[in-house]
Parts: sequence; C-alpha cells; structure tokens
Amino acid sequence: MAVNDGIAQAPRRSAWRYVPVSDRTRMLLIFLPPAVLVFSIFVILPMVQAGFFAPYKWSGYGPAPWAMNEATGNPFGQWVGARNFDRMAGHSAFQAAATNTAMVVGVSLLIQLPLALAMALLIYRKSYANTVFRLIFFVPYILAEVATGLIWSFVLDGNYGLSRYASDLMGLGKALFPLAEKPWAFYSILGVIVWKYFGFHMMIYIAGLQSIPRELLESARIDGAKPLQRVIYIKLPLLWPAITVSVFYAVLGGLQVFDLVMPMTAGGPSNSSHTLVSYLYIFGFIRLDVGYGSAVGVFLFCVGVIFAFAYRNTVQREGRP
Amino acid sequence: MNRLFTWGSAARIIALLIVSALIVIPLLATVLGGFKTSGELRVAPFGLPQVWRTEFYGEIFADPFFWRYLWNSLVISLVTVGLTLILGSMAAYAFAQVRFFGSQFLFSYLLLGLMFPFAAAIMPLFLIVRDFGLLDTPWGVILPQVGFGLAFSIMFFRTFFSQLPAELFEAARVDGCSYVGFYFRFTLPLSTPILATIAVFIFVQSWNNYLLPLIMLNDRSGYTWTLGAMDYRGEYTADWNRTLAFVSATLAPAVIFFLAAQKYIVAGLTGGAVKE
Repeated sequence: MAVNDGIAQAPRRSAWRYVPVSDRTRMLLIFLPPAVLVFSIFVILPMVQAGFFAPYKWSGYGPAPWAMNEATGNPFGQWVGARNFDRMAGHSAFQAAATNTAMVVGVSLLIQLPLALAMALLIYRKSYANTVFRLIFFVPYILAEVATGLIWSFVLDGNYGLSRYASDLMGLGKALFPLAEKPWAFYSILGVIVWKYFGFHMMIYIAGLQSIPRELLESARIDGAKPLQRVIYIKLPLLWPAITVSVFYAVLGGLQVFDLVMPMTAGGPSNSSHTLVSYLYIFGFIRLDVGYGSAVGVFLFCVGVIFAFAYRNTVQREGRP
Repeated sequence: MNRLFTWGSAARIIALLIVSALIVIPLLATVLGGFKTSGELRVAPFGLPQVWRTEFYGEIFADPFFWRYLWNSLVISLVTVGLTLILGSMAAYAFAQVRFFGSQFLFSYLLLGLMFPFAAAIMPLFLIVRDFGLLDTPWGVILPQVGFGLAFSIMFFRTFFSQLPAELFEAARVDGCSYVGFYFRFTLPLSTPILATIAVFIFVQSWNNYLLPLIMLNDRSGYTWTLGAMDYRGEYTADWNRTLAFVSATLAPAVIFFLAAQKYIVAGLTGGAVKE
C-alpha cells in the first residue's frame, strides 16, 4: 500500500514543487476553496441578491433589474422601493401564509415534541418489541414529503378514503372533504406534519435517554422516587440538550414546509392553506415576479435568522454546562 | 405494586398500538389500493382487495418514464452525496488540522448555512442556475444541494476529525507525511462511520427533494421521481388506484434503503444530540 501511495503521489509533488508555499498552506489552498466557492455561489450569493432584487419589479429577463436594456433604452426592471413589502403586508393570502407558518411552528412545539417525548419515554429501553415500534414510528420521516402528501390526500379524500369511511360511520348524509374546506385544509396539513416528523424527534430523545447513566435512575428508585418523579427530576433535566436541538430543528423546519402543501392542497381552497414557502413559490416563482418573490424571501430569511441567532445565544448557551 | 405495573404496561401497549396503527394503516391502504379498481377503492378503501389486480402496477413498471425518473433521482442523489462528502471533508480537515488566520471566521461563515431557511433564496438561485446554463440539467439540482449540505456535513466532519488522536498526526509528520497525504492515508480511512452517516442523510434529502427539481427541471425526461409522482397524480386525477400504485412502487426502494442504512441514521441523530 505504501508503495502504491508513493507512486500516486509523485506527479502531484512535482506539480507543486515550483509553488513557494509550505506544505500546510498548500493543503489549505487545495482543500478550502472548492467548498467555500460552491457554498458562496449557491447559498450566500442568492440570499444577498434577494436583498438587492426586493425593491424592484422584475420578470427575471436580463442580467439584473438595474441593468440597461440596449433594445429599449430602459432598465430591465423597475424600481418600486418598499412597494413589494407593502403589497405583501396587505395581501390576505400572505397574512394567511404567515399565520399558517406560525401555526406549524406552534403545533410542532406544543403537540409534536411532547408526543415525541412521550413515545421516547415509552420505548427508549432496549428490547425487541421497542425496536420494532421505533422502526414503525420512524418510517414516516423517511418517506418523501410528496409521497406522504399524496397518501394523505387519498386518505382524506371524501370520495375514497378514511374521510368517506368516517362520515358513513357517523351517519352523515354527505361525505367530508377536509382538504377542500377552509379551516380544515390546513388543520389536515398540520396533522400530517405531526405524523411525519414526530419520529425524528423521538429518535433524538431516545438517544438522549439512553445516555442517562442507569445507576442514577436506579439509586433514585431505591430512594423512593416515583416513575413520574424520575421523569420530571432526572430524565427531563438530563434530556435538556437533546430538547434544545430538537426545538431548533422543529422551528427551522417548520418555517420551510412546502413539499407537503403542494400534493395536499396546493395552497387552496382560495389560498387559505399556504405556508410562506408555498406562497413564495406561487406568487413569486409561478408569476415570474422576481422582486416580489425576493421580498417574501427576505422576510422568511429574517424570521429564520433572527430566531436562529436569538436561540443560539440564549437557550443553547445556557444549556451548555 | 405488581398490579399497578400491569395496568401501566397495558396502557402503554395500547398507546403504542394506536400510534402504530395511525402510521401503518394509511401505508397499507396505499400499497393495497394499487391492487384495486377505482370502483372498489371507493367502497372499501382499507380492506384487502377482492381480486388482486396487478395491471396498474404492471402498467407503471412497463412505463419507461417510471424507470427514467428513478434513474434521474439516483444519479442526482449519488453525485450530490459524492461531491458533498469530498468538498465537505476536505474543508473540515483544513479546519480541524490547522489554525490559520481567519479560520474561525471562515468556519462561522460556512456554518451560516445551518441557520438559513434555504427556500428563502429560491428566486435568485433560479436565476443564477439559469445564467450558468444549468437549467434542465442534473447539475442545476446537484450544485445547490451540495451548497446547502456543506454546512451540516462540515460541522459533523470537523467534530469527528478533531477527535482523532493527535499523536497519529505528529508521528506521521515525523515520518515525512504531508498534510494532504495524511488526509488521504489516515483521516479518510479512519472516518468511514461519519462519512457513511452523512452520506445517508444527504442521500435521503436529495432523493426526497421536491422544491429544487420543481424549479430547475422542466423537461419531462429529466424529471426526478417526486416530479413524476406529482405529474402522474395530475394525469389520473380520478383514478386514485393508479397514483397509489405509483407511490407504492417508489416506497419500496425507500423502505429497503432505510432498513439497510438504519444503523447510520440512528448514529447521525445520536451524534447531533450529543454534540450540542
């Protein structure tokens, strides 16, 4: 192996022999630029551009909204200042999308995480049956959002699925179409979000619970701590780092729900079930309104980054030992 | 005491079974639905089919586009995984091994990607990909995916690399091993567990991705399977059984992959929770 390596290395060394840098610097020059470049071009640059495009009305034709179009003598885009943001704030569909997104975050934190925690407490011990349950609960997380959305739009279809079944059982004259009725369409999406992601958070908690020293729980039991007391006074405090991680994922993930919305409702009925991202897609991308889409993006970015910084500097900092 | 325990465990089992049923029944109904006619599906959505009809599955498996979609998804996912692992581990190695001027700053810069709702920048991203001439090519999906996967993987790789014993590096240096050589000869071979874990996560994300392909791919022959599934649903709006068959046919690879890669998925979740 060493011999092979020597042969493979020889040409590389000779190529670098004429570059007057140390071995260390050479490594840095080879290893860092590719990652930094790809990250800058495809993650940072678009976000910065979104900030610059937001005050324009622009269809995306031409290199930039402020560039001159030689054919017409006008710029490609039109400066509209804060009008995109005004329009956003006044648009009822945007208000619905923002409220819905807040609801996703709320439901994730108040229903999904407690459910995940409860399930984790029930099945964190190592046994065969627990492993099977763990696998079952984790399957929805592995499924693609699109597949999940299609499956549930079948289940909730009043002509076919569970919804028809349930309305027959309850003796209702007509079937329920939850995905076509106003508050229920988004409630259904919320339910599916819990269904799909609680297993992910459960796994984080299980990992945390399994790392609690067994002697600690044992001695608490001998000292007469009841099961509920052991949960509240030992397991939850020791689980705190895992909980802070899962809250972070839940909020940042909740802000970006899109894939589930498209197969289930595509934002309907009458634009009542959009999330911020599906709103951005329909009103920015589909309508080729780059400025407006960027303005919505800037809003989403600010919400996400403000949360992330605030969270990292308060909750997660305190949680550290 | 003993009786109390029994009541408790009965309640526990019932709770677990209810949650399991909520997960398994829709999935089962989906797989079985593909074997039913549309009419039967209306009447009995959740039971076993009266007659097992294989023509809907057969039609999908005979459709060259179905295989095309799966192939496109596979290529995009594999290239994304490969590139993310290479670029991510190289950068993480630089951060773990060397403290250079600005390294802390550069590392924080890359970690910005972790706190970023990536969908926010989707419009300018589309234009950038367009200006590179990469629309309707796999690269239009791959490169942004790599960009977004880098932060996550660099963070995990750096933690892992800096836990490798420092004596190993010092000994190799004494024997004349270069920084680049050490990465290839020691760091990578010793890091297969973390490489596999990150690979699995990036793969699943890419395989399931919908938003990026939706925006970047217009030509049907380049579609990933998620786009294909939505297309199929649009084409056969009235025939749920066909859509269910399509979805089931794509579930199989996902579930098999999950069972095979389970160990790494769990390892990744554990790593994330312990690290913070």
